[in-house]
Amino acid sequence: MSAPTRRTGGHGHGGDDLAAWLGAEGTPVGGLPPPAPAGLSESDPDWPRERLGRAAQVPAALGAAALDALMPMHVLLDDEGRVLRHGPLVARLAGATHAADGVDAAELGGARLFDLVRFRRPRGLDSMDALRAAQGATLRLTLRSDERTVLAGVAVPLEKGGMLLDLSFGLGVVDAVRRHRLNATDFAPTDMAVEMLYLVEANDAVMTESRNLVERLQGARMAAEAEAQSDALTGLRNRRALDDVLAGLVRQEQPFALMALDLDLFKQVNDTMGHAAGDEVLREAARVMLGAVRAGDVVARTGGDEFVILFPGLVRASRLAEIADRLIEGLERPVQVGDAFCAISASIGVTTTAAYAETDMARVTADADAALYASKNDGRGRATIWTPQEEADRSILGAAGGRVTLRPLEDRPEPG
Amino acid sequence: MHGLMNRAIQCFVRDTYGPPAWRDVAARADLGPHGFEAMLSYDDAITWTVLRLVCERLCKPEDAVLEDLGTYLVSHPNVEALRRLLRFGGVDFVDFLHSLDELPDRARLAVPDLALPEIEIEVGRDESFRLRCRSERRGFGHVLVGVLRAMADDYGALAIIDHEDGVAGEEVVTVDLMLAGFTSGRDFDLAGHPA
Repeated sequence: MSAPTRRTGGHGHGGDDLAAWLGAEGTPVGGLPPPAPAGLSESDPDWPRERLGRAAQVPAALGAAALDALMPMHVLLDDEGRVLRHGPLVARLAGATHAADGVDAAELGGARLFDLVRFRRPRGLDSMDALRAAQGATLRLTLRSDERTVLAGVAVPLEKGGMLLDLSFGLGVVDAVRRHRLNATDFAPTDMAVEMLYLVEANDAVMTESRNLVERLQGARMAAEAEAQSDALTGLRNRRALDDVLAGLVRQEQPFALMALDLDLFKQVNDTMGHAAGDEVLREAARVMLGAVRAGDVVARTGGDEFVILFPGLVRASRLAEIADRLIEGLERPVQVGDAFCAISASIGVTTTAAYAETDMARVTADADAALYASKNDGRGRATIWTPQEEADRSILGAAGGRVTLRPLEDRPEPG
Repeated sequence: MHGLMNRAIQCFVRDTYGPPAWRDVAARADLGPHGFEAMLSYDDAITWTVLRLVCERLCKPEDAVLEDLGTYLVSHPNVEALRRLLRFGGVDFVDFLHSLDELPDRARLAVPDLALPEIEIEVGRDESFRLRCRSERRGFGHVLVGVLRAMADDYGALAIIDHEDGVAGEEVVTVDLMLAGFTSGRDFDLAGHPA
């Protein structure tokens, strides 16, 4: 059984001197009986029962090795605040800035404490009188050679003068261990520093796993939302997604145009060439529509061969007429399915927010549908756009005039 | 069974035998495309089903698979974090062996709902150890054998490690330390990687 070897060899005064400094050996305070001999027991008549436990006299001074093992970060000070002796870890901390591996004992021995460290609590503490006044209290200090490592400390006066200052790492232990390349044997086995490092690392690993889980769930949620908002066959948005965007535009009082589009002759394709051909025609129609609109426009499939296209920010009749014309032209291009060609067309109805003092979702939808029916009455492959009277002039249509009709708002059927 | 245990089996199969091997097992066990989530809990029966399927897929007995799993957990770079957490247990292999009785506490400190089997350590003469583990189902002892073999390597110790079945479902892992400083072992920097 080999016990882990720990760093030994503090620096400064050796065992005998130290015992004298710590002054406990054979020097009972306040007339207490002398310290118990080794192997004392409760029944020992020389060691009164009431003196055991916390009331007991310290039987012997701590030797240098004991002090190093128990408090690797101790500093023993004389009354002038000079370092008489210090634990091995103190040398490592101070040494990191002086030399590659540790620092010579002589460099710290004899040095003044207040030249080596700066007190943060009590702030500005810089004399042994002040340190004595703060005995037993929580101290915070940094080494002047490493202001980043904040140490916790406690100082107690010694019987024969001088003080013993013990230090430990606070919350910055992880950084301190990294900066000073410390390892487990640098710490006293009772010090929780290594456990703290374990906990920090374990916590980090667990947090990483949790974050991964959250990211995967977030990804899955976004995919599910996209799926809930899209039409499986064409990949276009569905009615629900359209209604969300439309409601948002109405709420924010944004101008827009709403286009209702039905495929003509689609039913015949489905009936004569089968559903697979029909599906292919629908997918091709979706590609044509996406190719004819702007990136920010919303193309939704709202029924078997029914589509709605939403144009945020666009209300100009001439521009909408161009788009409608291009859509019908594109959709009338025959689609090859296997060896056969499928020919369809489309009817379109458009209304814009320019037609309303106050935009109402149901009214807008009803008006787009009414425009669509007007187009169907005109025959296949036609578009109708509701337009204020002053714009309802064929001359603005240009080349689109062959398929598109502008109708004055007054011709709209009354709602309800 | 905690997701971490299930995830360990999944990563072991994927990293050691390739993603297709894991996909086969996952498909036969009816697991989703991501397999197990480390931070969720699963019914124990799923774990044993997956373990059985892994053994079938690899054509290996369960004891051998579990021991390989233990070795993987310490030695594979994908699970370096776990090796490091184990190394916090002790400054050398013997110190580490003595820390095993607090393994369940250490695990709980990291993941409060992670329950590991209790390990009781008996120290014999001549640097020999008997580690007695009690768990609901036999098998953990073999994982421990793999973990200890890899940890001995990690610390640079030469040890003979074996598994015995004890009474009443108890498993006993014996460790005979031949040479503590056989090699210099692998580096362990207390502060981990530079931040």
